[in-house]
Amino acid sequence: MARLGAKPYDQPSINAEIIASHGLSEDEYKRIVEILGREPNYTELGVFSVMWSEHCSYKSSKVHLKLLPTDGPAVLQGPGENAGIVDIGNGQVAVFKMESHNHPSFIEPYQGAATGVGGILRDIFTMGARPIASLNSLRFGSFDHPRTPYLLSGVVSGIGGYGNCVGVPTVGGELFFDESYNANILVNAFTLGIAEKRRIFKGTAKGAGNSLIYVGAKTGRDGIHGATMASEAFSEESEKRRPTVQVGDPFTEKLLLEACLELMKGHCLVGIQDMGAAGLTSSAAEMAARGGSGVELDLSRVPLRERRMTPYEILLSESQERMLLVAKKGKENEVKRIFEKWDLDAVVVGKVTRDRLFRAFFDGAEVVRIPVVALSSDAPVYSRPAERPQGQDELQRLDLEKIEVPKDLGATLKLLLESPNVASKEWVFRQYDHFVRSNTVVAPGADAAVIRIKGTDKALALTVDGNGRYCYLDPYVGGILAVAEAARNLACVGARPLGLTDCLNFGSPERPDVMWQFSQVLQGMRDACITLGVPVVSGNVSFYNETDGVPIYPTPTVGMVGLLQKVERHATPWFKSSGDLVVLLGRNREELGGSEYLKVVHGIVKGTPPWIDLRLERAVQQCCIKAIEKGIIRSAHDMSEGGLGVTLAECCISGPEKPLGVRVELREMMRGDARLFGESQSRIIVTLREKELNRFRQIAVKEGAPMQVIGEVGGGHLAVHPLVRVPVDELRAVWLGGLERRLRGQGKEL
Amino acid sequence: MRVKIFVCLKDGVLDPQGKAVAHSLHSLGYQEVQDVRMGKYLEISLDVPSRQAAELKIREMCDKLLANPVIEDYRFEIE
Amino acid sequence: MRWGVIVFPGCCDEQDVYDCLKHNLGQRVEFLWHKDRLNGGFDCIVLPGGFSYGDYLRCGAMARFSPIMQGVVEFARLGGLVLGICNGFQILCEAGLLPGALVRNASLQFICRQVFLRVEESDTPFTCAAKKGQLLRLPIKHGEGCYYADPGTLERLHKNRQVLVRYVDGKGRTSPSANPNGSLDHIAGVCNDGRNVFGLMPHPEDAGEKILGSEDGLKIFSSVIAACDKREKRAWLG
Repeated sequence: MARLGAKPYDQPSINAEIIASHGLSEDEYKRIVEILGREPNYTELGVFSVMWSEHCSYKSSKVHLKLLPTDGPAVLQGPGENAGIVDIGNGQVAVFKMESHNHPSFIEPYQGAATGVGGILRDIFTMGARPIASLNSLRFGSFDHPRTPYLLSGVVSGIGGYGNCVGVPTVGGELFFDESYNANILVNAFTLGIAEKRRIFKGTAKGAGNSLIYVGAKTGRDGIHGATMASEAFSEESEKRRPTVQVGDPFTEKLLLEACLELMKGHCLVGIQDMGAAGLTSSAAEMAARGGSGVELDLSRVPLRERRMTPYEILLSESQERMLLVAKKGKENEVKRIFEKWDLDAVVVGKVTRDRLFRAFFDGAEVVRIPVVALSSDAPVYSRPAERPQGQDELQRLDLEKIEVPKDLGATLKLLLESPNVASKEWVFRQYDHFVRSNTVVAPGADAAVIRIKGTDKALALTVDGNGRYCYLDPYVGGILAVAEAARNLACVGARPLGLTDCLNFGSPERPDVMWQFSQVLQGMRDACITLGVPVVSGNVSFYNETDGVPIYPTPTVGMVGLLQKVERHATPWFKSSGDLVVLLGRNREELGGSEYLKVVHGIVKGTPPWIDLRLERAVQQCCIKAIEKGIIRSAHDMSEGGLGVTLAECCISGPEKPLGVRVELREMMRGDARLFGESQSRIIVTLREKELNRFRQIAVKEGAPMQVIGEVGGGHLAVHPLVRVPVDELRAVWLGGLERRLRGQGKEL
Repeated sequence: MRVKIFVCLKDGVLDPQGKAVAHSLHSLGYQEVQDVRMGKYLEISLDVPSRQAAELKIREMCDKLLANPVIEDYRFEIE
Repeated sequence: MRWGVIVFPGCCDEQDVYDCLKHNLGQRVEFLWHKDRLNGGFDCIVLPGGFSYGDYLRCGAMARFSPIMQGVVEFARLGGLVLGICNGFQILCEAGLLPGALVRNASLQFICRQVFLRVEESDTPFTCAAKKGQLLRLPIKHGEGCYYADPGTLERLHKNRQVLVRYVDGKGRTSPSANPNGSLDHIAGVCNDGRNVFGLMPHPEDAGEKILGSEDGLKIFSSVIAACDKREKRAWLG
């Protein structure tokens, strides 16, 4: 066969340097030649490079991801589609996913975070769901790092700028600072939508002769693989190559959202997919793969924003706010009419074929001809070497006897409450619209957000969680804890988990120590998912989060969704009234390894993360959920970073009304700092009226959950006898302004 | 014809962005900065027969849409 | 009575207004597409919040040129009730139906939180169900809600008692910390001379149910309903 695409533009000829700059190994290139039976041309090389990239192919993670349980009674769609789907009853489904946008957010925090939100929103509404809530999980470097305030305020305003404008409330999230992320911040964005069960759409190209329709914004050179820039001999435009920062346009996204949902009410759509990473190439190839079809694209018809774009650039552009649809033959005008109403482009750019080939034409000449399987199921899969790092044992060694117990534990509590990881995140949340769509029952700042489902009595609870420090110290236990804590957060508002989505943020998979962390974390997550009965329905993997050979803490973040049958039967973390009994569900243990306290007060990141017994965990969660469902619980709050001390403080001060004090007495004998700030798992602080104590005890006994009454709400102090006694107003003041004061203290404009 | 349009907040209307920039410049050591006003800059390509016609049209566009006379002033340069 | 809720491209809160009116108050509501002309028969037109045209150029600047706005201006001129919420308030100011303008928040940040409003006048169709001095707890969510008017305009606003709601603290007092966006004279909402056009930054539609934290927003809508009932009765009695 003649070499393709010799005209009408010149393509550089392929050499070892160009292959390497496309991130393809020698072996991978050999495989391409084998598959094609010839050398690829430059454009085809570009197509292979993106489809075989880690991001699109999951080549290093696939074998491990198979471990995760993906099935469950509520699951309608597991991993492999644009997003996962679970049944929530009443003929409705919840569609959700989380995705990372780490690297772009580090380069340009506002646009990186904004386009991350845009991408995840599209993943949700392509499936026919209206997005109703977003969350985000953020990791920044140390607060003292000069770039942190800049990155933080950029990312937060980018998330708000995009999400607010599209009219999707951001109802919660998490924010964590640690040196480990100094040069690799993490921005993981989660969105959930609701669709009718009988009107779910998927990314599939079926039915030879059906049309491929391009909709949304025009294509520019944004986000084209860095590889492009590595090759200079390209065109006269090469000197104009620019950094590949993608710019988001939330207004266009909003129009696209409304137009797509309107289109989905009719009957002309066969399949639909967002043009996300690797743009037109991946959306067309993935849809063809799922439909068992081929596709034929005429690149000359793609609406362009810039002049003289080559087929290579058109295929690889990652311009935002674009979608590829497959419409029934003859229905093209119906599609166009709807998009015209919303002032958007809709252009037929190709068709579905029978030949199972990915073909692209430009000015009449064929420029790409690749079997679809080569870009999907036949993409390389690696079982990369994994090895426990040598320093791991040393890392886990923690001699508590050498660590002095602070004399003034009240001052220590204040120090913790003011530290960035514990302090109130109000400065962040108030920049996000969390009211729009008028569903928000529990707003940001609680263990989980609660969103009622209009037209029903039900509500959904949403949370994102992860603790990279735990995973660094013990990735297996860390993986368990990420899932367990997310489920516990749902339990604290009274929700039963339906499923989870994850972002797995790690260093380079080519390092055996990172692959060891990865496989350990996944095994931990699997074990927790199975015992707690939570299937994984979607997610993504982000490797190569490292700088100068130092990877970030292995950081899986878990986005979990739960269901409440009755919206008014939910709980919030803060104390409600004086006289309520304070009950500890679970057990205190002397554990300080990996704690926030050790890090903040002693500057130590060592030891083993807290121990966990998944059966105990399940019992505690079940007890909490059932008691909330029965209306016994007045408040419930999970114990996490900062242990009992911080948890009690948050119960006192995080409510919308005046703070309430508490008097607590502990029975266990152990060192004071461990008692107050140890992060033992499977613990929840609940409050209830005294007359409900017996009913509550019955539930606890039935579920096998240990419980003890440890005190009473009331007074103006947080008092844990005999360790601390601090006025709650003081605690509230340091906690509430902690983040903002730190930001201002550095003289940074926000 | 190419027209450069500058839209700025009127004197007397609080400009928090300008204030923030001034503050940052001060903290970078530029003590000589007395005041900063931030505005918008637009470039418009026009197909009109004369400068006069351009001026007329641009004035109309600014009054109608590009500037809000309650809070903003504008000026323009025709190239 | 019949409500019309305008849908501009980039609107976000139209469904919230619709649901609040229809489900919480049992009203007859219709969406009105910005490209259409305004038909007769409506008692109150709502311009909902959101980011019409992406808030590009200036908030509300482009929406005022939508075909439907000609009809809204005419409707208001004839005494029809027009309510602008957040972005809708910005559009009404841009269109000249309300005095003043809304500029960037003093903090330069988008701000989303609950605020307290004090009802300053109760002799308008938008506040007649409330008492003068009554506090309402409503959410705000905007980046450009700082109210501005030149001294002459402000004086007229005071003289004609056109400031209908102010930002206050939980005890009903104005203070810098209770003013979330730096608005001149703590102004959260104003009406026109004829008292038939009202714009405010806070969102009554997101405070229409206890489960969402407040139902104080209903006061605004039920005022309109009461005013229209009265009008109808008056018309019927001749």
